[in-house]
Amino acid sequence: MKTLFKAPEALTKAATHYCPGCTHGIIHRLVAEVIDELGLRERTVGIAPVGCSVLAFNYFNMDFQQAAHGRAPALATGIKRAKPDLICFTYQGDGDLASIGMGEIVHAANRGEKFTVVFVNNAIYGMTGGQMAPTTMPGQVTTTSPRGRNVKDVGYPVRMCELLSSLRTPGFIERVAVHTPQYVVKARRVLKSAFELQRDNKCFTFVEVLSTCPTNWGKTPFEATKWLEENMVPYYPVQNFKHYEEESPKSQTPNSIEGVGHAG
Amino acid sequence: MAKVLMKGNEAIAEAAIRAGGLVYFCYPLTPQSEVAEYLSRRMPEVGGAYLQAESEVAVANMVYGAAGAGARAWTTSSSPGISLMMEGISYIAAAELPAVFVNIVRTGPGLGGILPSQGDYFQAVKGGGHGDYRCLVLAPSSVQEAVDLMPLAFDRADRYRNPVIVIGDGMIGQMMEPVEFKQPEFPPLAPKDWATTGAKGRKPNVVNSLYLDPNAEEHLNNLLAAKYEKMRREEVRFEEYNTDKPYRVLLVAYGTTARICKTAIAQLAGQGIVAALLRPISLFPFPNEKVLELGRKAEFLMSVEMSMGQMVEDVGCAMGHERPVYFFGRSGGNVPSPEEVVAAVKARLEGSKS
Repeated sequence: MKTLFKAPEALTKAATHYCPGCTHGIIHRLVAEVIDELGLRERTVGIAPVGCSVLAFNYFNMDFQQAAHGRAPALATGIKRAKPDLICFTYQGDGDLASIGMGEIVHAANRGEKFTVVFVNNAIYGMTGGQMAPTTMPGQVTTTSPRGRNVKDVGYPVRMCELLSSLRTPGFIERVAVHTPQYVVKARRVLKSAFELQRDNKCFTFVEVLSTCPTNWGKTPFEATKWLEENMVPYYPVQNFKHYEEESPKSQTPNSIEGVGHAG
Repeated sequence: MAKVLMKGNEAIAEAAIRAGGLVYFCYPLTPQSEVAEYLSRRMPEVGGAYLQAESEVAVANMVYGAAGAGARAWTTSSSPGISLMMEGISYIAAAELPAVFVNIVRTGPGLGGILPSQGDYFQAVKGGGHGDYRCLVLAPSSVQEAVDLMPLAFDRADRYRNPVIVIGDGMIGQMMEPVEFKQPEFPPLAPKDWATTGAKGRKPNVVNSLYLDPNAEEHLNNLLAAKYEKMRREEVRFEEYNTDKPYRVLLVAYGTTARICKTAIAQLAGQGIVAALLRPISLFPFPNEKVLELGRKAEFLMSVEMSMGQMVEDVGCAMGHERPVYFFGRSGGNVPSPEEVVAAVKARLEGSKS
């Protein structure tokens, strides 16, 4: 009998602690399915961040390391530099990656570290109880922006894909979403590309996933998906930012660096 | 093997390679950047991993990742850089990972200066990072001893699954001395069956320091405390100098300062004053019992440091109220001269007469 649907081997049977309507569960599942499909589970090390997904090691059925807040890319760098044959991914939220871990992610990307980043952007600090994140939308009410995010005071939300795309080194950068089945199907394809590129030792791979946080947004799960579509998608375009391309030796000469004019 | 003349920082780098410390992350900082410069050339020759990171915060966390994956990972830095590594060191201690941190201490607090100091004693010995943890702390007083302590540091890091700090002042890092690379033998180590090497044919390994259940956290704290207690029993290292004859004064000093004290002891002998030296080599665990045993034979003790007085608190703690414990030190990058030590000792001897 042909099996049409089953739980991924790369997930444990543990029930998650995530709130109802939160899309972490979908994202976990997609990552696990891709790892299973590529046959990478037994050589993969995941890195759990600080944030709602701090307990990811309870849900993924594979080796895991738990990182200090924002430092997951440094751990992943250490792992891949010491043991290049391992497959490594970080799973980080927006507070972790885009605020306290900004230094680590930018430099890991710029060195072209060959691991995969799953960046879950839900525009808020979830675990600490709904404080403003670097990715919180303008006017969005949080426990630390009770009158709404005032961009004149704290600036506009950080767009990580766009920011990292300004670097020459990173090979694969794409933003996806998981709030409708169509987006989920696309997200799975993108995650698979990222892990394939890592498996083939090609480049740094970064997948941002727009995610919901009904609890801290103060919305029902359905309202949350609608809010994400109407508010986040226009500001955080769901698209590819960088396709991996083999660099020709010629393109590595200093004179051909993008943005630097040829002498004379 | 023949002796070679090497700068302390380079000798430490070479000794680490020979001890199997083949995964090294760094951030440049005076007075220890020569370690990174040396290893950037040497690591590719021996098939090791070398990486200059974006910050010392990242360095410590790269060490965490690599150590968690089973590598002999290490780094070097100096005081302000070590401060930035404290987050990682606390996590490494909690996750019970082996790692070696070399601190070539410069002056402080703050940015301080680039000259030698022993002002990081508290940070190394008492914690530095948050939470209930200890590092094994080894303090060489010569380039040769630094070379000898590196293999021990890696072995003990693995054996205890705990961070080991090798603490040398800027003098140790910058001085050139003849060194011989010995290959010490250690008992076999347990396999690193806890490392994240891919869950092939086994249950997943998790390297973690998160314990939300108070009983689970306390269980970890008890495990760690038992480990530190074992270190107190088995890892105390020190040198006694001139203690085989009756002495009036016991100097206590480590690192470069201990060498200065030996010269001061010779000068005091010329003036008819017998002094002895206890040189702690392990700063944690501290040779408490030796301080008490040797201190009882002296009229008083004097802790001589390149700081405003840090180890003196441990000397005092070990001695209790049985003998006076005094302090003499210079700071700011000033190295105490033997003459200054002699004068400080004589002032106390004369003071105790009146």
